Amino acid sequence: MNPRLSVALTAVVASLAVLPAAAQDLASFEKRVTLKKLPNGLTVLVVERKEAPVFSYVTRVDVGSAQEVAGITGLAHMFEHMAFKGTDVIGTTDGAAEKAALAKVEEAYAAYDSARRKTAGRDEKDVARLESAWKAAIAEADKFVVPGAFGEIVEREGGVGLNASTSSDETTYFYSMPSNRLELWAYLESERFVKPSLREFYKERDVVMEERRMRTDSRPGGRLLEEFVSAAFIAHPYGNGVIGWASDLSSFSATDAQRFYEQHYVPENMYVAVVGDVKTAETLRLVEEYFGRLPARPRPGPVRTVEPAQRGAREVVLKDPSQPLYYEGYHKPEGQHPDEPVFDVLADLLATGRTSRLYRSLVRDKKLCAAAGALHGFPGNKYPNLFAFYGVTTPGHTADEVRGALQAEIDRLKNEDVPAEELKMVKTRTKADLIRGLGSNIGLARQLSYFQMRFGDWRELFRNVERIQSVTPADIRRVAKATFREENRTVARIESIPRTPAGGAQ
Amino acid sequence: MIRRLSVAFLLLAAAPVFAGLADIPRPPLPPFTPAKPVRVVLPNGMVVFLMEDHELPLIQGSILVRGGAVREPADKVGLVGIYGEVWRTGGTTARTGDELDDFLEARGAKVETGGSDDTTSVSWDCLVESFDEVFPVVLDVLQNPAFREDKIALAKRQTETAISRRNDDAAAIARREARKLVYGADSPYARTIEYATLAAIDRDSLLAWHREHLHPNRMIVAVSGDFDAKKMEARLRRTFGSWKKGPAVTAANVPIAKARPGLYFVDKADVNQSNVRVVHVGVRRDDPDFYALEVLNEAFSGGFSSRLFLEIRTKRGLAYSVGGAVGSAYDHAGVTGYSTATKSETTVESIETLRAEIARLQKEGVAAADLARAKDSILNSFVFQFDSKQEILSQQVTYELYGYPADLLDRYRPAIDKVTADDVLRAARKHIRPSEFAVLVVGKSADFGRPLSELGTVTPIDITIPGAPEKR
Repeated sequence: MNPRLSVALTAVVASLAVLPAAAQDLASFEKRVTLKKLPNGLTVLVVERKEAPVFSYVTRVDVGSAQEVAGITGLAHMFEHMAFKGTDVIGTTDGAAEKAALAKVEEAYAAYDSARRKTAGRDEKDVARLESAWKAAIAEADKFVVPGAFGEIVEREGGVGLNASTSSDETTYFYSMPSNRLELWAYLESERFVKPSLREFYKERDVVMEERRMRTDSRPGGRLLEEFVSAAFIAHPYGNGVIGWASDLSSFSATDAQRFYEQHYVPENMYVAVVGDVKTAETLRLVEEYFGRLPARPRPGPVRTVEPAQRGAREVVLKDPSQPLYYEGYHKPEGQHPDEPVFDVLADLLATGRTSRLYRSLVRDKKLCAAAGALHGFPGNKYPNLFAFYGVTTPGHTADEVRGALQAEIDRLKNEDVPAEELKMVKTRTKADLIRGLGSNIGLARQLSYFQMRFGDWRELFRNVERIQSVTPADIRRVAKATFREENRTVARIESIPRTPAGGAQ
Repeated sequence: MIRRLSVAFLLLAAAPVFAGLADIPRPPLPPFTPAKPVRVVLPNGMVVFLMEDHELPLIQGSILVRGGAVREPADKVGLVGIYGEVWRTGGTTARTGDELDDFLEARGAKVETGGSDDTTSVSWDCLVESFDEVFPVVLDVLQNPAFREDKIALAKRQTETAISRRNDDAAAIARREARKLVYGADSPYARTIEYATLAAIDRDSLLAWHREHLHPNRMIVAVSGDFDAKKMEARLRRTFGSWKKGPAVTAANVPIAKARPGLYFVDKADVNQSNVRVVHVGVRRDDPDFYALEVLNEAFSGGFSSRLFLEIRTKRGLAYSVGGAVGSAYDHAGVTGYSTATKSETTVESIETLRAEIARLQKEGVAAADLARAKDSILNSFVFQFDSKQEILSQQVTYELYGYPADLLDRYRPAIDKVTADDVLRAARKHIRPSEFAVLVVGKSADFGRPLSELGTVTPIDITIPGAPEKR
C-alpha cells in the first residue's frame, strides 16, 4: 500500500475512535432502566429503546422443575404449556358452563386414576368404565373450547416469536409486538396469569409426552443426559429432568397444575421486563393497571433439600446403538456464591472458542473429539449445581480416552497458574460479549429480568463482568482443587453397540 | 368485565375499567422510516453496502463471495464445507490460524469464514477500538490464505465424525432423506458428504477453489456499526479499488428432478416416536403466486393458530412438533413439505390426519375467518421485517445476491393485502400436489399401532453409511 493512502487510513481510524461513546456501560443504563415493584409484589423493568416501533417483553417466574416433588415431575413445564390455553374469557364460548364441565372432568379423572393405580384388588372392568366416564366428561368440556384462541389473538395482532421455556430454575414467557399494541399486551399477558384456564389439559399432557419422546427418549444425547443428571443428584430435585418422568406425565391432573399455579405464580415470584419503543411512564401505568390485578399472595417456602456432599465417584454406562458421548460433572456451589466468577472464568478458559484448552488439547492436538465443551451451572444455578464437561468423540476413539485427556487438563488447572495473557483474553472476551448482548430488545429484556430475579438487581449484569476482571490465577487453582475431586465426580457415557435391525451404520 | 379491584388499581382514578379485548385501543403505529444502507458499486464490480448503527461501539461486516456447495464437483462433495472452515483455521501465509485465534481473542474480536450452498464468506465482529487491527486480518485471510495441512486434516476429522453420527438422530435422518426424495439423491440440493468424497478433497482443490472465486465482481461487502459511512466508503474504495475484475459470474441452473411419489420408510429401533414428512418440490421466490402462498402458509401451517397445528397438536394431542409450508428459495424451487413427530403407535393415524387436512384444504380452501386472521397476522407483524439495522442490511445483501429488486419488501404489504380466498384456493390446488407427495417415515415399525402398509406399498430406504474408513 502506498504511503499517501496509509496516512488517509490513519485519519479514518482516528475519527472512528472519537465517535461519541454509545450506550453500553452501567452508568448509561442507570439512566435508561426503570424498576418498580408493584404493591402486590410483582417487579417490572422498563427500558426505552427506540430503534423501531416495536417492543419485546419477558415475563420470568421464579419457578422451575426444582419446585416439583415426586409424582408431579414435569408439572412446571406442563403449566407453561397451559398458559397458552387462554382464560375464563379467552378460548371459550361460555366460561361459566365450561368451568363446571372442567370440574366434572377432574372428578372423573380422580376416580379413574385411583382405580387404575390400585396395587391390590384392581378391577379392570371398573377401570375401563371410569376411563370412559372421564373421556365423556372431557368431550363435554371440549364443547366450550375455542382452540388456540390465545395464540391466535397474539399472532393476529402482530405478535412474533410467541413462546416460552421452562428450566430447572424458572419459567419464561416472551414475544414481541408492534408498539401500538402495548396496552393489548398488558391485558393479554396479565390475563393469562390472573385467571388461567386449564382447559384441554389431558390433550396437552399428550403433547408434552410427545415432547419428551422427541427430546429425551428418541435421542441418544437426551437419553444420556437424563441418566447423567439423575446419577449426579441423589437428593435435590435437580436430579429430575425438566421434562418429567413418563409415569408422572401420564398421571398428574389439572387439579395438580392448579395447585402448583396457586402456590408458585404469586406476584412476588414474577418479573416483567419491557424493552423497546415504549414510554416508561405509560408502560408503568399499564403494567400497574393490568398486572396489579394479580392478588398478592405469600411466596412459597424454599426448597428444603440440599444435595449432600458426594461420598464417592459415580458412573453410568449406557450401551446404546449410537456413537460414543461422554459427560463428566462435579458438584459446585450455587450461582450466588462468591466463587461463581471463578467458575465463569473456568468455563470460558476451558471451552469457549478455538483458543480454549479443551479445543486445543482434545480436538486439535490429541484428535480425540470433534467437539468438547463445558456446562456451567447445570442444570440450573439457583441451587448448588454441576460444572460439567462433554466430549463428542471422533471415529475410532472412545469415551475412556476422553476421560484421560480431560483429567490431564484438570491436573494442569490445579498445578499450574493460568498464564497472565490467557487470563486477560478471557476477561477481554467477557467485556466484549457483554456489549454484544445489549443490542436487541428481547436480549435486553432477558438479561435484565434474569439478573433482577436471580441476583436481586439488574445491575449485577454489569457487576458480574467487573467481578470476573478481578479473578486471579490463585483463585482458579484453589477452586479447581476444591471442585475437581474424584469423589465429587459423576460420569455418564455411551458405549456403542450395534444397531438392530439393519439400517444403521456400524 | 369488571374484576374485584385491588387497592393499587383503585388508586389509579383515571384508569379505564376495561371491558375486554375489543375495547382496548390500538392507536395507529407511528410513522417509521426504516434506515436504508448505502449501496456502492466499485468499478471492478464489487458491491458494497454500508449501514451506520451507533447504538453500540461495534463494527461488523461480511464479505460474501458468489459460488458455493451447489457448484462443487460431485466427486468432491464437502469441498466448500472444508474450504469454508480451513480458509480461516488454516491461517495466512504470514500467520498460522492458531496465531490469528490468539491475536483476535486478545481483542475480543472475531474473524470467521464459511461456506454454504450459494456462497462462501469472510465475516468479522469487533469493537470500534480494534477495527484498525482486525480489518487487516480480514484482508489477509481474503488474499493470502495458507490452507495448512494440519487444519485440513482437523476439518476432515470433524466432518468424518459428523458422517459417522448422521444416523444417530431420527429427525436428522428425516430431514436428509426428505431432501433426497424431493431433489434426487445426487442433486446439489440434497447430496450428502461421504467418506469417499471427503477423501478426494486436498489442499490443491481448496487453493483452486479460492483462485477461481476470489474476484471483486463476485463479492458483496456489507458493513454495519459505529462508523461514518462516507469515511468507510472511502476506506473500502482505497482497499478494494485496485483489485482486478475476474470472469463474469454464471447462474448455477441446477435441474430439478422428477417427483418420486410413494411411501418411504427408514426403520429405527431405538426410538418411540416416528418422524413423518410429506414432501415435494416447491416454488421459486419470484413465483407470481408467492404472496397467495404466504397467506396460505400462515393460515394452514404457520404458527400456533394455523389449521395443522390446531388439528394435530391442539385438538388431537398427536404431536409436539408440527408444521410446514409451500416452500420457496431465491434461485431454485424450494421444498414444499409438512412434518410432524408422533408416538410410534399413532404413526399411521398422523399421516392420515395430515393427508385429510391437505385434502380438505384443496377442496375448501381457507375459511374467510382464517384468511382474515392470516392476513392480519402477516400485515400487523410486518414491521418486524425492518426492526433492526442488521436485518435490513442482510435483506439487501440477499436481494443483491439473487438479483431481486432492492424494494422487494416495499411491494410486500400491498401484495398481501390484495390476496383473496380464491387466490389462496387456486394456489393451494396448483402448488400442493398430493399425487406427487413422497411420504417419509423414520420410526420403529414394531411398535406401529397399524402397519404402514395400510397406506400403500412401502419402499424401505437403506441408510447404511458407505465405506467407513479403517479405525485409526
